[in-house]
Amino acid sequence: MHAHEILQIILFFGLGIALTPIVGRYMAKVFKGERTFLHPILAPVERFVYRVTRTDPNHEMTWLHYLAGVCIMTVVGAVSLFGILMTQQWLPLNPQGLPNLSWHLAFNTAWSFTCNADWQSYSGEGVMSYFSQTVGLSVHQFLSGAAGIAVLAAVGRALKRASVKSIGNFWADLTRCLLYIVIPLSILWSIPLAWQGCPQTWKAYPAAHLVEAYTTQVPKTDDKGNAVNGADGKPVMVDARVDTQLIPVGPVASFEACKQIFTNGGGWYGVNSAHPLENPTPLANFLEMLAIIVIPMAQVYMFGLMIGNKKHAWTIFAVMLSLFVLSFIVAWWAESQPNPVTAPFHPNLEGKETRFGVMNSTLWGAACTAIDNGSVNSMHDSWMPLAGLMPMWNILVGEIFFGGVGCGMYCMMFHILIAVFIAGLMIGRTPEYLGKKLGAWEATWAVVGVLGPNAACLIPTAMSCMIPSVISGTLGNNGPHGLSEILYAYGEAANNNGSAFAGLNANVPWHDVALGIAIIIGRFAPIAAALAIVGRLASKKTVEASVGTLPTHGWTFGLTLTGVIVIVAALTFFPAICLGPLVEHGLMLAGRTF
Amino acid sequence: MSAKFEVNYSSLIRQAVIDAFKKLNPKDEIKNLVMFVVWLGSIWTTIILFLPGQFNRFNLQICVWLWFTCVFANFAEAMAEGRGKAHADALKKMRTKTMAKKLVGDREVLVPSAELKVGDFYVCVAGDAIAADGEVVDGIATVDESAITGESAPVVRESGGDRSAVTGGTKVTSDRIVVRVTAAEGNSFLDRMIEMIEGARRQKTPNEIALNIVLVSLTALFIIVVFTLPPMAHYNEGQAQQTGAVLTTIPVLLALIVCLIPTTIGGLLSAIGIAGIDRLMRRNVLATSGRAVEAAGDVDVLLLDKTGTITLGNRMATEFIPAPGVAVADLAEAAQLASLADETPEGRSIVTLAKEKFNLRGRDINDRDVIFVPFTAQTRMSGVDFSAGPSGPGRSIRKGAAEAVKKYVTERGGRAEKAVFDTVDEISRQGATPLVVADGARILGVICLKDVVKGGIRERFAQLRRMGVKTVMITGDNRLTAAAIAAEAGVDDFIAEAKPEDKLARIRQEQEGGKLIAMIGDGTNDAPALAQADVGVAMNTGTQAAREAGNMVDLDSNPTKLIEVVEIGKQLLMTRGALTTFSIANDVSKYFAIIPAMFGLLYAAKGSSFGPLNTYNIMFLHSPQSAILSAVIFNALVIVALIPLALKGVKYEALGAKVILRKNMLIYGLGGIIVPFAFIKLIDLIIVPLHLAP
Repeated sequence: MHAHEILQIILFFGLGIALTPIVGRYMAKVFKGERTFLHPILAPVERFVYRVTRTDPNHEMTWLHYLAGVCIMTVVGAVSLFGILMTQQWLPLNPQGLPNLSWHLAFNTAWSFTCNADWQSYSGEGVMSYFSQTVGLSVHQFLSGAAGIAVLAAVGRALKRASVKSIGNFWADLTRCLLYIVIPLSILWSIPLAWQGCPQTWKAYPAAHLVEAYTTQVPKTDDKGNAVNGADGKPVMVDARVDTQLIPVGPVASFEACKQIFTNGGGWYGVNSAHPLENPTPLANFLEMLAIIVIPMAQVYMFGLMIGNKKHAWTIFAVMLSLFVLSFIVAWWAESQPNPVTAPFHPNLEGKETRFGVMNSTLWGAACTAIDNGSVNSMHDSWMPLAGLMPMWNILVGEIFFGGVGCGMYCMMFHILIAVFIAGLMIGRTPEYLGKKLGAWEATWAVVGVLGPNAACLIPTAMSCMIPSVISGTLGNNGPHGLSEILYAYGEAANNNGSAFAGLNANVPWHDVALGIAIIIGRFAPIAAALAIVGRLASKKTVEASVGTLPTHGWTFGLTLTGVIVIVAALTFFPAICLGPLVEHGLMLAGRTF
Repeated sequence: MSAKFEVNYSSLIRQAVIDAFKKLNPKDEIKNLVMFVVWLGSIWTTIILFLPGQFNRFNLQICVWLWFTCVFANFAEAMAEGRGKAHADALKKMRTKTMAKKLVGDREVLVPSAELKVGDFYVCVAGDAIAADGEVVDGIATVDESAITGESAPVVRESGGDRSAVTGGTKVTSDRIVVRVTAAEGNSFLDRMIEMIEGARRQKTPNEIALNIVLVSLTALFIIVVFTLPPMAHYNEGQAQQTGAVLTTIPVLLALIVCLIPTTIGGLLSAIGIAGIDRLMRRNVLATSGRAVEAAGDVDVLLLDKTGTITLGNRMATEFIPAPGVAVADLAEAAQLASLADETPEGRSIVTLAKEKFNLRGRDINDRDVIFVPFTAQTRMSGVDFSAGPSGPGRSIRKGAAEAVKKYVTERGGRAEKAVFDTVDEISRQGATPLVVADGARILGVICLKDVVKGGIRERFAQLRRMGVKTVMITGDNRLTAAAIAAEAGVDDFIAEAKPEDKLARIRQEQEGGKLIAMIGDGTNDAPALAQADVGVAMNTGTQAAREAGNMVDLDSNPTKLIEVVEIGKQLLMTRGALTTFSIANDVSKYFAIIPAMFGLLYAAKGSSFGPLNTYNIMFLHSPQSAILSAVIFNALVIVALIPLALKGVKYEALGAKVILRKNMLIYGLGGIIVPFAFIKLIDLIIVPLHLAP
């Protein structure tokens, strides 16, 4: 622990907190339809969009129509993306001549990007053409993020309403989010990243001549490109001399800005932000980390402004921040411990960029999992068991320690509702939230919002454990670590994080499809639940608070909420975590690693 | 009932034990999904016992304790039901058939009570039982209603007004009344009481349904958690090459499920609801539905009639203010004389005040010399005339409304002194009622009559305010009077010069704002408001219409009861919340017992029986089997241990929401995490020496 590390941590959280009210207020203004400083430039564009798409922004929707809007957008997006990925070979902007994707990879990728998870079962630079990356994937990095924020805007708006059935217009919310929030912020962030050295180009991959050419063995191929097998059935290997290297480039800076700000996390390169061109300098690293937290932090403030209860928002903010910081501190501490097996080498630098070191790697790891981002600048797979448990914990809890753009807050709402439900009873009243009485409908959907992703994580994890080919063929490591890899993969899919523990070879039909389904459930169960809840609450009357009503701000409520979050998650995942990281930790202390 | 209805606890418990086993039939069990899962688990473990090689001491014990878990939950419900059932049975015995003297024309015809129809008239004289519910249309009588209310003092029932309702099954103790039948056999108040006691518990309340959804979802979640465990465990088993190292037999998994799912609250949920209705009943309030009790906990606004609820019901003389030049004792004497024959509470209070302040005894008055002048709406005065005779010159003393007395005096050539009428205005301004006393043409002074606020009511309202409940006083008085009493009683708001429809309007207006309103009423004109209110408590003395409009009936007819009703409602919800929290918090310790037991061997070094996960056996339980059994036994026994709490309810104090939450979170949340560790360890220490587990 050095002074400069502490300083950087303070600067990181300080800037995040300082930006929260500024960005949050701006976002609230956008969704309330109030004028912002960008209106003189963008309002004509907005009107133009409405005219072209024949949208009436003042046409109000019920929660079902709003949900239908989100579904239509996502499904149309997923189907067209699937089409692009299956045909990229014949599409333009493919200077490397990359082939079409397999059906299962295309299925997985299509849903993963349209659902804001951005899980990648592949390495971008080796699989995706420029066309697929930009027109295909990038578009959804914008759209899926904006859709999440739009849903949160509708949630906040609906909670403020009383005795009405409508909750806003999805297409208007989406347009405003894209125009006033997503595009300006992405441009703002891509400039310094390009300045720091991220490529921003459409040219083919340049070839670099190696200073030291080397010889390696490659399988021998016949005229048709098929591998030639020897008499023993193994491929025949021949020497090959390597004197040039292709350097994958592309419009990385802008892709990166959007990937970080809108909690997508799908990297241009396979190793994500550990790649020197995706994350070139310490300043770029700091800016990219800051980009992760800006909107997720600000969304809480925006929610507070929209429901007209800033105190409540700051209490939620404090709960989220504390749990986030806690996960970082534990990971940092655990990662700074000497590994008894490899001691005296200290600290654990396996899987890390030495230029980032332990602190910046664990801070990024905690940030990108506490917040539903999923980008990485180190390989979590190589972290110590307890340190690796922290990103896993952040994900399994349900991506609510700020969480994804939009979804972090509305997923948090489910936990708030459960907390309010139990705490409300304990003070002797029918539970109420923001002056609205909670009944069977709200309880049902809040539970769907929490239960959906949890089930979507546990069930396929268990099923994977039962498939011999999965165990023998896709795990990067043995023992409990292998289980951690599966659990982590399905956890992030079911919570739309997209972060990879690495180690797991997910590009097999089973994982691609199962992960894809987990992603779909993880996306739509919470959205449907959130909209269903607020749709009903908007139609209820609002009761003024009195001394007899449960205060939803302050220490008491904050601790109650924290208790509910931790207990629900711990009760759900403690057994699985025991069989993964915890048993591995015990074994590591006894000198066994995997 | 408090007086009359006694519970025999030993027979109650005996009956509950029998019922607990009877309720094991699937039709009853499926009503409670959480317990239904336990029931299915019990059946499954029982079947497993009969599979080859599965019958062993461990499986048998798990099976037995799972069955006990079901039985204990049933026992809790049966206990809660038992009291009400016994009471309903007692009431049913009262529904004996009597003969009624039906009026046909002018003749009285003896018919069985069952043949009386709505609209028939019948006669009751002293000693007769009231044959059917009805309204007194003629006469006045005292009625012994102790069979229903437990109150032994007979009450007056008379035609007209708000005390006209009589109830079948009660007894006339004096005089003669003619009753018009308002409810036919099978639809009477007694029937309704029985129905309320038996039936209020049948329907689940909205909050119960919502809580049940949360509990069932948690149950589903834990079923997923537990059934996804074996594949993950077997994966590790394979990796560690330790076949058979993990303990994931079906009985163990079922034990884990039963331990994790919220059986504590699931098993006690219906008992809590029934006990809430029962607690009301013990305070002599009958609720038509559990929903009403629940709503009572949520009440935001109490609408209270001033008279009888906030004030003692009658204005009392508090002061004599003489006219200039008149001795106060003379005024008091005249006032007393004028009131001697006045049987109204106001009149009596004047006599009492004169007696207390000036030691004036109501002297003997020779009837022949005295003519009492009763109060009429025309004269708006009452008083007394003494004819001239040996005892002194003739006098005519009057007391009454200022304007009326003024007229009376001026007609006799007297003078209406300004000072007196200034006093009158002053008294009115203070919210009191002035009565002017005159002796012939001379005005003697003013009696000040005041509403006297009940002792302790101010504190009750302060308490309600701390609970977040607003009180609104309703009175027919003018604004001045109302404001003065409102200030004295400490209510939050008042409606002065209220007409019956104002009550309804106020309720509607508050409900528009999403508030829940409770009110208490007795008169026919209260009926619409009672029906509109979320909690409408009708007084037993009230009219039939009022009794049918409300969703609760207070047999004691005590208006302050509303406050207790609110408290009981809150207590009901709190008990549910507290036990839910406790139930979920308990799971933490059960994990620490069961997970190391299941996976403690995993990855154990060769020759060692402790793998890394054995570290989490922080209670140092003796063996995997003893650990699992201890958790299951604790889980079953805790239901029994908490039955008294479920029946009595969590203690309620009128503190702010935040303070209550903090307190209950500490007790039931934190306590719920810590306490089971101690008890599971204790059970482990007991069962191991007993050789119940290796």
